[in-house]
Amino acid sequence: MLKYIDQADVQKRMNYRIWKNSLCKALFLFAAMFGLIVLAILLVRVFFQGVNWIDMEFIASKLSTNADRAGIMGAILGTFWLMVVVIPATLIIGIGTAIYLELYAKKGRMQALVQTNIANLAGVPSIVYGLLGLTVFVRAMDFGNIVLAGGLTLSLLVLPIVIVAAQEAIRSLPQHLSEASYGMGATKWQTVKNVVLPAALPSILTGSILAFSRAIGETAPLTVIGIPALLIPFPGGIMDTFTVLPMQIYYWTLDSSLVAEYANLAAATIVVLLLMLFILNFIAVLIRNKFQKRY
Amino acid sequence: MAAQPEFKQQPGDIKNIIEHKKQRNSLASASEKLIPTILFIIASISILTTAGIVVTLLTETIAFFQQVPFGEFFTGKILKPLSQNPEFGILPLINGTIISSLIAIIIAGPIGIMTAVYLSEYASERVRKILKPLLEILAGIPTIVYGFFAFTFVTPILREIIPGMGATNILSPGLVMGVMIIPMIASLSEDALISVPNSMREGALAMGATKLETTFRVVIPAALSGIIASFVLGISRAIGETMIVTIASGSSKNFTFDVTQSMQTMTAYIVEVAGGDAPAGSTIYYSLYAVAMTLFIFTLLMNVLARYVSRRFREEY
Repeated sequence: MLKYIDQADVQKRMNYRIWKNSLCKALFLFAAMFGLIVLAILLVRVFFQGVNWIDMEFIASKLSTNADRAGIMGAILGTFWLMVVVIPATLIIGIGTAIYLELYAKKGRMQALVQTNIANLAGVPSIVYGLLGLTVFVRAMDFGNIVLAGGLTLSLLVLPIVIVAAQEAIRSLPQHLSEASYGMGATKWQTVKNVVLPAALPSILTGSILAFSRAIGETAPLTVIGIPALLIPFPGGIMDTFTVLPMQIYYWTLDSSLVAEYANLAAATIVVLLLMLFILNFIAVLIRNKFQKRY
Repeated sequence: MAAQPEFKQQPGDIKNIIEHKKQRNSLASASEKLIPTILFIIASISILTTAGIVVTLLTETIAFFQQVPFGEFFTGKILKPLSQNPEFGILPLINGTIISSLIAIIIAGPIGIMTAVYLSEYASERVRKILKPLLEILAGIPTIVYGFFAFTFVTPILREIIPGMGATNILSPGLVMGVMIIPMIASLSEDALISVPNSMREGALAMGATKLETTFRVVIPAALSGIIASFVLGISRAIGETMIVTIASGSSKNFTFDVTQSMQTMTAYIVEVAGGDAPAGSTIYYSLYAVAMTLFIFTLLMNVLARYVSRRFREEY
């Protein structure tokens, strides 16, 4: 039988097939690196364009139409007050919803409906949330474009992320934890409060911090709500008008075709914003690594 | 530690202890009953949000169609909201949206799936552990930063290469959106690839297939539903993306297929109109909601389709 097989031909084909495999492996590796290369170009470019503009004066001053004197303190304070609204609102609603769905809701049509609904909400473009905020908070409730209206809008936007993270955290807890609590005579709420929540909290926080960093970087809904960017006083509370770093970047980028220096200001603001986000992400990773427990 | 009153009690006082316990228990059981109700109210906020979105969009859209005929809106090729004789055709916006999303998926689709194949089939565990989080950084960068990148870096380069390219055009934001959705497609496709059981790979390899042949003839077909779903979700993400196109694609409402031209997308129109002072009750103001409604339906359909594809065509092993 073997004499009918042309060994030379087999060898040739095999070499070709192995060569093709190696070639494609290199191609796939390049594809995997492509995103990272673009990321590196983006970061390096923004950093070198912006870093010279960052000094204490840039951080601490007010906005100004004069590029040399413009600063971002107002936007930093705006982000701070925005988080004062977003963090508690998102955590309370997100964790509450997750506890209800995982531990209280009867498995049935209602629960399935809420679950599908959350999945759909996660896919709604952020700008549509902006219109919701504009119509409900700014116009109907007549808040105007203040921190509270922006914060509630962004809370609704990132809520699906927190709910899903909290649900997964609760679901991944082993059954015997709560069974032990029930066995000690604890009621359901006591079990939730004293056993389930503390055990699930680290992974809930990890997911939530990612949601907050999403909220900090979000621009589209705020443009729709009508957040101003220039020459407003520093916000002192959640009822004040405000601006945030991404809005600053937006206006400075748009105006850079008029005043070239504005592009550098935008780059400098991006460096500050990305630094904030990286620190937040780093904290999230730290929490995940520190509290990663196996039961 | 001070002794608690209960411990001082004599056996004869057992009644008191029971009374005391009963009181505490009734307090506890009251909160046991109250808490599910509170949690239910909290959980209904997500339903209320959806209802809020649908009701706001719907009421204002209906008001819009009382001023502008349905047919003119959906077949009109001219959008001139601010002119003396305003015309409200949404086709230029749909055109811009589809073209920018197509450019994005042409970039992100192949690169995303090749990245997923590399991560799930070729990369060692160590490489995977480094590459994946790095790719996730790409997904965490605010879109406004991508907008800045498209406008101040990609567009000037494209203008060097392609003569006659405008300062704003649809190609540059499309390309950058593609980079933005690479990690999303890569990670969803990788999930689909990894969930293909190893026994299938081993079967193909045992037959003498190379890794490449195994991947393309066995693993990818088995994971196809998940991969298609990731493409659909990527397109949906590109359709809803706002800041990149708002900054880099300009505001000309051109109805054209020339990607070097400035075009406006649905999202960019919403930013333009909401940011300008469209007086409440004017046709322009209502057109904002009609466009948003169209955008909402587009993305909703895509998301439902993605879920349907991944569920309906999932192969069970």
